[in-house]
Amino acid sequence: MIEVKDVSFTYPNDVEALHGVSLKIQDGEFVAIMGQNGAGKTTLVKHFNGLLKPTKGEVVVDGVNTTKASVATLSRKVGFVFQNPDHQLFCETVKDEIAFALKNFGFKENTIKKRVTWALNLLDLKKYRKTSPFMLSGGERKRVALASVLAWNPKVIILDEPTIGQDQKQKDRLRQFINQLITQGKTVVIVTHDVEFVAECNPKIVLMANGKILAEGSAKQILTNRYLLTQASIVLPQIAQIFTGLADLGLPIDVINVHEAKKVLLDFMEVNS
Amino acid sequence: MAVIETKGLTYTYPSGTKRALEDVSITIERGEFVVLTGPSGCGKTTLCRCFNGLVPHFYGGKLEGNVLVTGLNVHEHSIYELARHVGLVFQNPENQLFALSVEKDVAFGLENLGVPRDEMKKRVDWALQTTDIEDLRERAPHELSGGQQQRVAIASVLAMQPNVMVLDEPTSFLDPLGAQRIFEVINELNKNLGITVVLVEHRLDLAARYADHVIIMDEGRVMLDGKPREIFGLEKTRLMGIGIPKSTRLYQVLEKSGVHLSKVPITSEEATQILKEVLNRD
Repeated sequence: MIEVKDVSFTYPNDVEALHGVSLKIQDGEFVAIMGQNGAGKTTLVKHFNGLLKPTKGEVVVDGVNTTKASVATLSRKVGFVFQNPDHQLFCETVKDEIAFALKNFGFKENTIKKRVTWALNLLDLKKYRKTSPFMLSGGERKRVALASVLAWNPKVIILDEPTIGQDQKQKDRLRQFINQLITQGKTVVIVTHDVEFVAECNPKIVLMANGKILAEGSAKQILTNRYLLTQASIVLPQIAQIFTGLADLGLPIDVINVHEAKKVLLDFMEVNS
Repeated sequence: MAVIETKGLTYTYPSGTKRALEDVSITIERGEFVVLTGPSGCGKTTLCRCFNGLVPHFYGGKLEGNVLVTGLNVHEHSIYELARHVGLVFQNPENQLFALSVEKDVAFGLENLGVPRDEMKKRVDWALQTTDIEDLRERAPHELSGGQQQRVAIASVLAMQPNVMVLDEPTSFLDPLGAQRIFEVINELNKNLGITVVLVEHRLDLAARYADHVIIMDEGRVMLDGKPREIFGLEKTRLMGIGIPKSTRLYQVLEKSGVHLSKVPITSEEATQILKEVLNRD
């Protein structure tokens, strides 16, 4: 679905944010791009919908080279939800905000209505339909931004730091919701350093540091590797920390969430009692 | 001694239809490290805005009940006066930064307070050092990454050396090690300088260990108020949608399966230790 071939990117102020990055994201895959602040994560994903074009190398999205397509065309396929919702929201009501892109893409009035209602319900925003996005809390504004992208049903959804400012309930909902998108065959890419969130939703992880890809692998492989994570300024999930501490008792160390931890501990106790 | 005291605080924003705060009565003692949390939209940011008078002086609307901050009644004192005592670090650093360089942003509050030049320079250097952004001194804040901006925002409040620092999700844009470093900094300010800290935070996995007082709000009300270990251990806390530390969650899940542990852990070190007790016993 997305192929990044030896991409380097230099901002106009001469800061080189990506050095020779290559990456393949398959159709229907769920990928978390993790890494320290300034690692180049956001710069990388901005290449996926053509917001940025590589200085060197190329990015191909759904068979289209991003240098040969407009952001508008690419956006139809790749929906991008920004880290800071304020960069995205500007309409007077939540409803108008969600309808805005749909209008721009030329959807029919009837479809727009249906899609807006669907998105409002999906993200539990119905009660704020007629509220100004700027009256809402940070977490709520993020949901509005997400709703407005999902409304046009893109094939690929990029979420830049979706859990920032979100409480646990919303994170749980977001997780279920990402699972739902994956089931529907969408490709989902999240940029995040929320290790606990990632530990619970088990995506493939792409770990970045200093404009390069440091490692790729399963959540279990990456989130239990302290050496790699430290280079990316990430700490182990709490459960992985606990199991690192219990390793000398003969427990496995690749346990990253509460659900698994319970099972492993109960099994261990049963065998040893 | 109480440094912040609210009694029966009730508030509605001028354009709002719903009460943002409802009958909030809390006491924060001098030197405490308070973690204030609750579902998004629960009123925690609004409550923080009362501590330095932004509510009601800037936002308008009618604030019923009383807030005393370092003995000053917020109804009777201006934001300017309260700002000397209470420093507020916002959720979104872009709302706070506006100067052409990081150094100027950090110095801005001090200039306004009329701090002498030498003292100002010292405090700016110290604040930049403490937040580890000395190398960004000459940079324009709007060019920085979210995480770097967050540090600048903290540094500019830090430079004022307030009695109380209120931080509204100050690390939400930072990577975990960066966040941990900021929490360490806040913790040192609290422990070494005795600055009272009110930290609004969802990332309890990282923040819980520093707290000695936890307040949980929902729908404008205070739902729970007490010691971290007691509050995080309650099933009610989790059911309210609070992201309790995973170590605490593991404790709850094991208790339900009939595995009894000696105490409620709130950090992974504690959890490791008490699990070892149980596993070695077998």
